Amino acid sequence: MTQVTMTVNGKSVSGSVEGRTLLSDFIREGLKLTGTHVGCDTSQCGACVVHVNGQPVKSCTMLAAEAEGADVKTIEGMANADGSLSTIQQAFQDHHGLQCGFCTPGMVMSATALLAENPTPSEAEIRAYLEGNICRCTGYHNIVKAIMAASGQEVAAVAAE
Amino acid sequence: MHSTNYHAATTAAEAASLLSSAEDGALLAGGQTLLPTMKARLAAPSDLIDISRAEELRGISVTDGTAIIGAMTTHAEVAGHAELRSAFPALCDLAGRIGDPAVRHRGTIGGSLANNDPAACYPAAVLGTGATISTNKRDIAADDYFEGMFATALDAGEVITSITFPIPDAANYQKFAQPASRFALVGVFVAKSADRVRVAVTGASEEGVFRWTNAETSLSSDFTADAIGGLSVSSQGMISDLHGDGSYRANLVQVLTARAVAAAS
Repeated sequence: MTQVTMTVNGKSVSGSVEGRTLLSDFIREGLKLTGTHVGCDTSQCGACVVHVNGQPVKSCTMLAAEAEGADVKTIEGMANADGSLSTIQQAFQDHHGLQCGFCTPGMVMSATALLAENPTPSEAEIRAYLEGNICRCTGYHNIVKAIMAASGQEVAAVAAE
Repeated sequence: MHSTNYHAATTAAEAASLLSSAEDGALLAGGQTLLPTMKARLAAPSDLIDISRAEELRGISVTDGTAIIGAMTTHAEVAGHAELRSAFPALCDLAGRIGDPAVRHRGTIGGSLANNDPAACYPAAVLGTGATISTNKRDIAADDYFEGMFATALDAGEVITSITFPIPDAANYQKFAQPASRFALVGVFVAKSADRVRVAVTGASEEGVFRWTNAETSLSSDFTADAIGGLSVSSQGMISDLHGDGSYRANLVQVLTARAVAAAS
């Protein structure tokens, strides 16, 4: 067993993990933060995306031990300090950017990372950035609209294909 | 995933030492292939030696005509490096199209080359430029490094430390992505230098990355897409699967090479 300590959503946490324990398992089972979802478990679907030191990564494809000392942010850390939804979360609600909601934590984490990198992405840039986040309900249009809106851009410009 | 013992190494020497004392150890670079492979129980190393904390294995330096990239440099770092982009944009573009953004924040150039997936992108750039792979033991020329699907010249316990690319006068990578996996169904890297043109193909052959020497000869005397208009690649030995049969991939090699030549900058 390996002892790990990291910061998750601003709080220092530690725990004892096996060498094979995935970061997603440590977050969900160890910390009981079940907002991070595990969809495919083969690093394709992106439901498990969290930020590690500010960068989006697939937490099902990283060991908990690899995150020793890291600053981790999960969907539970995305709301504003007063508990209201972040701009991106609110935009997902306003634009109906989810149906079943399973992919939404990963979508919000990826979208937040995108806007940190590129505050006014084009529609094509949004779609490219979401290549590693799979949604089986929405057909992506409303997710793209939500991200356009969250970045302060005109939403009507997003055409249905 | 089967049980495994985790170790963190902070230098290549420490990693090599841990590796030699492990029963059946494996280096853990970015883990974007190794961890899914272990989860599928297709690999079960007794020990994982994590080299992500080895600072000496990270970083990019661009000097006169050469780009040196540390083995543990991520795809996102290569894609986003301004100085490298101005000197060798084709390499940044290649790195920026591997996998997806989350994968690019973990996956590394050294990990990709050690794995030598027959559809990976980096092998095409390394073979296409005639780069040199440095390890804790020696320097290996690209032409001597790739030994077929998932096979390389690396010895057991050898740790890749950096890759040195000669920066070509013009280069381009064309990737026909398999849309589900985002690996290359076929990818072609073309690099033009003062004295030669090299063409390296990934994704197509059952032998892994290879040089298309007939195209190199034609392009060396006439670096235009038309120069290879009459050339074709045999479908013999090409990968055939549900995404595309051997003749489809062989045709893509010619089409993508022509596009890469036309787009080379």
